[in-house]
Amino acid sequence: MVVSILHRITGDGMATVGTVVLVWWLAAIAAGRESYHTFYHVFGEVAGGALGYLFGIGMTLCFFQHMATGIRHFFLDAGAGYELKVNRAGSIATMVFAVVATVLVWAYILGVK
Amino acid sequence: MGNGTELGRVRGLGSAKEGAHHWWAQRVTAGSNLFLTLWFFVALVRLPAYDFDTVHTWLGSPWAAIPLVLLVLSVFYHFRLGLQVLIEDYQHGASRVALMLLLNFFTFGSGAIALFAILKVAFTATTGVPHV
Repeated sequence: MVVSILHRITGDGMATVGTVVLVWWLAAIAAGRESYHTFYHVFGEVAGGALGYLFGIGMTLCFFQHMATGIRHFFLDAGAGYELKVNRAGSIATMVFAVVATVLVWAYILGVK
Repeated sequence: MGNGTELGRVRGLGSAKEGAHHWWAQRVTAGSNLFLTLWFFVALVRLPAYDFDTVHTWLGSPWAAIPLVLLVLSVFYHFRLGLQVLIEDYQHGASRVALMLLLNFFTFGSGAIALFAILKVAFTATTGVPHV
């Protein structure tokens, strides 16, 4: 049940907050240097880029969680994975995957790059 | 309560018979989203920097602009279906109708801005060398 709620929260979160930021980013690039600088300032410079980290890490976690539960949905749609133990293990796996993938991606961004 | 009779449907109490299409479209776009968003995610992480010149050159390349146009179409269609379910689950009566209209304005409005922005950068790109 918790992964069903997570699927909805992460999906609707990306659909609203994620869409606004994505559209702002694309429009800022198209509008030119000054507009892009405003976007960059808000997400990359204010308070040490706190909003950028909050949004970036939050969206990464939402993305991986929603992707994992979405793939789980494909298996359930096919009629597989309804046994109690398998179903429970699959649910936990989506959350473990999302956290591990988010940590790895951000370790790469902050460490390697 | 409507029991699925013709009279029930006339009263707006029966199934609109759009459920199967909604369900299928959500799964089809989920499949295309999987590939397009993974590409976008990897491309973003792999960008050498996030200054204006770097992202502008990147977006001007057909290797970024074309998949990004497809991503906007696929993802926006998908989230339009998902947010519709959210509204249907929690809102009823007049507020449901109002929110559903708002959702359509939001989806088409933000989608139009996104597509226009991508195409504007792609069509006015001056660098001849695609940035892969």
